[in-house]
Amino acid sequence: MSASGSTPVLTKPAGTATGPGGVGGGRVRRTLDRARTPLRGLAGLAGLVVLLEVLPHIGVVSADYLPPASEMGRALWQLLGEDAFWTALGDTLTGWGLGLAIAVVAGVVAGVVIGSAPVLRAVTASTIEFLRPIPSVALIPVAVLLYGTDLESKLLLVVYASFWQVLVQVLAGMQDVDPVAEDTARSYRMGSWGRVRYVLWPTALPYVMTGVRLAATVALVLTITAELVIGSPGLGNQLAVAQTSGAVPRVYALVLVTGLLGVAVNLVARAIERRALHWHQSMRREGQR
Amino acid sequence: MTVLTLARRTGLVLGLPAVLFAIWWFATAGSTDFYVPPLSTILGKFGEVWTGERLLSDVVPSLVRLLTGYLLAVAVGVGLGLVVGMHRGVRDVLEPVLELFRAIPPPVLVPVIMLFAGIGDTMKVIVIVSGCMWPILLNTVEGVRAVDEVLSDTCRSYGITGPSRLWHLVLRSASPQIVTGMRQALSIAIILMVISEMFAASNGLGFTIVQFQRSFAIPEMWSGVLLLGLLGFALSLLFRVAENRVLAWYHGLRRAQRNP
Repeated sequence: MSASGSTPVLTKPAGTATGPGGVGGGRVRRTLDRARTPLRGLAGLAGLVVLLEVLPHIGVVSADYLPPASEMGRALWQLLGEDAFWTALGDTLTGWGLGLAIAVVAGVVAGVVIGSAPVLRAVTASTIEFLRPIPSVALIPVAVLLYGTDLESKLLLVVYASFWQVLVQVLAGMQDVDPVAEDTARSYRMGSWGRVRYVLWPTALPYVMTGVRLAATVALVLTITAELVIGSPGLGNQLAVAQTSGAVPRVYALVLVTGLLGVAVNLVARAIERRALHWHQSMRREGQR
Repeated sequence: MTVLTLARRTGLVLGLPAVLFAIWWFATAGSTDFYVPPLSTILGKFGEVWTGERLLSDVVPSLVRLLTGYLLAVAVGVGLGLVVGMHRGVRDVLEPVLELFRAIPPPVLVPVIMLFAGIGDTMKVIVIVSGCMWPILLNTVEGVRAVDEVLSDTCRSYGITGPSRLWHLVLRSASPQIVTGMRQALSIAIILMVISEMFAASNGLGFTIVQFQRSFAIPEMWSGVLLLGLLGFALSLLFRVAENRVLAWYHGLRRAQRNP
């Protein structure tokens, strides 16, 4: 079956139904599907917008609670023209970025130190297992008391929540080192720096990247939580203000903004992961598929 | 010999926690700082605050909301995930929409759902469901997609279709992913329970702790923070026990594959 991937063969040629030829037919269909998938996805998004527009109009949901999509769009447009919105977005991104950076650096350093010494790993395991599942929102009252609505209270929550994500992944990565590679490095008499650079780091990097990606999402959630509940300046605080003043379309517009921010964080994190790990098995296999 | 290793292991497990606890205890022992009371005071308050009527009026309602919301989210997430995962067309149409919904930080749903459902128990349950169903849903979709083709064909040639195919093949092979999603959802559920109660409530753990903080009842507040921490730890422990039971076959399989 040599039909190239780009030829749109809609009717399957006879003989491709069974045997090895079927694989080629599948490939053609897959290429076709691949072209169709984004279109279908767009249709899904458009369907959501239409649904949001129609539901309040026909009275299934009251427009007081769920304003039509057009009104949300207008509120969003208005929002984009406000200086206060951009300041809030900046505040949110600052809290998120700073918190994430601190958590990643601390997580990687702590992970490398703990992971390179089996004794330390054994001693700290139970403590890590205990501290990790503690919900960081439990720290909200402490943060309020210590720092009020300052940036620090936001950072306390963000760093606590995302630090564990990174640490646990780094520890898993350090444990995954191939014993053959380790022995090879030793027989070539690599120094400890060389071992870290050429054996440990490449092994742990995929795990670190996963940890960073997870931490990026968690950090965003906690940044916005802190703003919403504590009242530190940022998108979450704008949302709380809009909600108490009854500006319903504005509430939805802000929720949409946070959602888009979440999508953006995810996409950027994945792109960075793919760039940093382009040499790694998992990425190469993914590219072939 | 075994006694020695046992002693060594308990030493490793309990050593650092004991040291940290002792540091906390002695560092704050004579503390006159209003915000950082001695640990002995906090522990004293702990028994006093959380064992009496507050157990029934605040802790139990919180746990009931948490469990109701979580179980509903699991049901909805797995149910929808099966439908979406098994139908290519549905998946293509819905994927971007689902990704968008998942990317919305769950806490921002609290003000939105308050518009619909007021500030009662229903609101909190809906908040928990709508926040934690996404990881379950998307993981179920992934799990269903990744069903082994050979197994799938074998089922077809043995004429296993319909509900028994769903139960024995699809759900079973997707269960490791479903459990991963459920684990992520559990921590989201705890966060949402606390936040929805901090935001608007008349009882519950989050509400009580914020009340303590606002009335500057600092030792009581710290005892609440401790309780939330213990709750998070206990729930994750319970989850792991349940996971080890349900996924025993999978962990065994993985071990066997790793050391052939």
